[in-house]
Amino acid sequence: MLSPLEIEALSLSLKVALWAVACSLVPGIAVAWLLARREFPGKALLDGVVHLPLVLPPVALGYVLLVLFGRTGPLGSWLHDWFGINLVFSWRGAALAAAVMAFPLLVRAVRLSMEAVDRHLETAAQTLGAKPGRVFLTITLPLTTPGILTGVLLSFIRCLGEFGATITFAANVPGETRTLPLALYTALQIPGGEAAATRLALISVALAIIALVASQYLAKQVSKRIGLS
Amino acid sequence: MLDISLQTRIGDFEIKAAFQAEAGITALFGPSGAGKTSLVNMLAGLERPARGRIVVWDQVLFDSEQGIDLSPEQRRLGYVFQESRLFPHMTVAGNLSYGRALVPKGVALVDYDAVVDLLALRPLLVRRPKTLSGGERQRVAIGRAILAAPRLLLMDEPLANLDAPRRAEILPFIEKLRREFDISIVYVSHNMDEIVRLADQLIVMADGAIAAQGPVDEITARLDLRHLTGRWDAGAVLSTTVAEQDDVDKLTRLSFQGGDLWLPQLDLGLGSPLRIRVHARDVSLALAPPEQVSVLNVFTGEVIEVGADDGPQVDVLIDIGTPLWARITKRSQRELNIMPGRKVHAMIKAMAVDRSGLS
Repeated sequence: MLSPLEIEALSLSLKVALWAVACSLVPGIAVAWLLARREFPGKALLDGVVHLPLVLPPVALGYVLLVLFGRTGPLGSWLHDWFGINLVFSWRGAALAAAVMAFPLLVRAVRLSMEAVDRHLETAAQTLGAKPGRVFLTITLPLTTPGILTGVLLSFIRCLGEFGATITFAANVPGETRTLPLALYTALQIPGGEAAATRLALISVALAIIALVASQYLAKQVSKRIGLS
Repeated sequence: MLDISLQTRIGDFEIKAAFQAEAGITALFGPSGAGKTSLVNMLAGLERPARGRIVVWDQVLFDSEQGIDLSPEQRRLGYVFQESRLFPHMTVAGNLSYGRALVPKGVALVDYDAVVDLLALRPLLVRRPKTLSGGERQRVAIGRAILAAPRLLLMDEPLANLDAPRRAEILPFIEKLRREFDISIVYVSHNMDEIVRLADQLIVMADGAIAAQGPVDEITARLDLRHLTGRWDAGAVLSTTVAEQDDVDKLTRLSFQGGDLWLPQLDLGLGSPLRIRVHARDVSLALAPPEQVSVLNVFTGEVIEVGADDGPQVDVLIDIGTPLWARITKRSQRELNIMPGRKVHAMIKAMAVDRSGLS
């Protein structure tokens, strides 16, 4: 049903998106917690930086990543020299670009959900003898799961659609960084590639719809399970 | 058991309170905004006083001079909140075991089954908090706090969100709890009936300060505290024992220092101690021994004090062997010439002592 090239783009997209979300989950929850529960100098700045990818042109962000993580960039040369990791022209680079672009969506969803957790429940847990770490793991985090789920799926969908930052930073390498949107773009560059482009567009649409429906269903189930609705 | 001396300022409001309390149930009473909840929160470590010292059972929990400030989880004071605060993502059983699993080594665990049975929680164990009634939720919250083996139990208006029947349903549980588990409780309330029924000691708070402290009967009998202990709630507390059951007339005779009191029959064994509250509005006065009246309980005594009040009524304190309050109109006072030293007969309607005022 799908051509090998389409399967390649689809599986690459899923791989990039899964890695991007998996790696940003813990930092995302940590940043959401900082923003929801802590007061510290520079909080507004952190808030702004986290949300920057929402307002910045993706191409500009890709360029920033290139400057930082390129082979000669300060972080890129360090990664190369110490771990032998190259991000440019690699699916890892695509995952990084996608993760950065989707990060604000993840943080936002988790933060909103965490802010809605009744802090009185946390103090109640404390009076029962729970230290702050345990309060977080047994009360705050479980009650935030609907938000975490929403955040994960929203950012996953966002990662699947990432184009500008990816093509600028990780380039358009078949089988390595050519995800669905990049494949679609490539198809449009070839004369007579409209049919292929249409098929790729349909695959993207189907994928997004499946993910959205799944997210809503899951969030509802989880809310029910943890006794919130 | 408890030795507190605290001072702090919240905005424009200053709290300055010092008191000691013995084992048993200590009620913290006062109008809303008196600083009761803040005081309890400072005890629990949820708010931090500017200065002071908190000692519970010889353990210093807070001492601003020595720089001691134990965190709430280190203080191990059970806290039953007004809104129960059960964890919605856990079952009742999960809520009950939450604190129990965190009891430090070396501290005796509280018998889980005994608590579950005492609070009648067994049928609720698999339920979620959302599906419980207000009264059930509060029972679970009490059980959860007890099972954390606290040094002391703090209850901040635990019944305030419940209607009267629910309240009457939970009070006996708290009484049993105190008897069976020998736990000391600081009980915050602005309901005098609850306090009279439960508490041994009473601390009256007003405007962030301690207005009075002492045994419950003593404090409730004081006229100078009337503006705090409440006008319509005014009444005397009689410590009685069950002396006789009249199964024919369905009455119970209670004996106390001032004599005998007949009440509609109570399901209590002979010799059981019982504290009752007689509302001032249910006591009327006569100069001559009343004859052929339907009132069963008549006591002879001497007027000790007549309260000053702007309203049409005055409160009269009578010594019938124990203090008793009567509320009469000013006109009656003038016509009967009620004043200190005068011999009077006080009549209490047997039906006037309602069950909710009983303990």
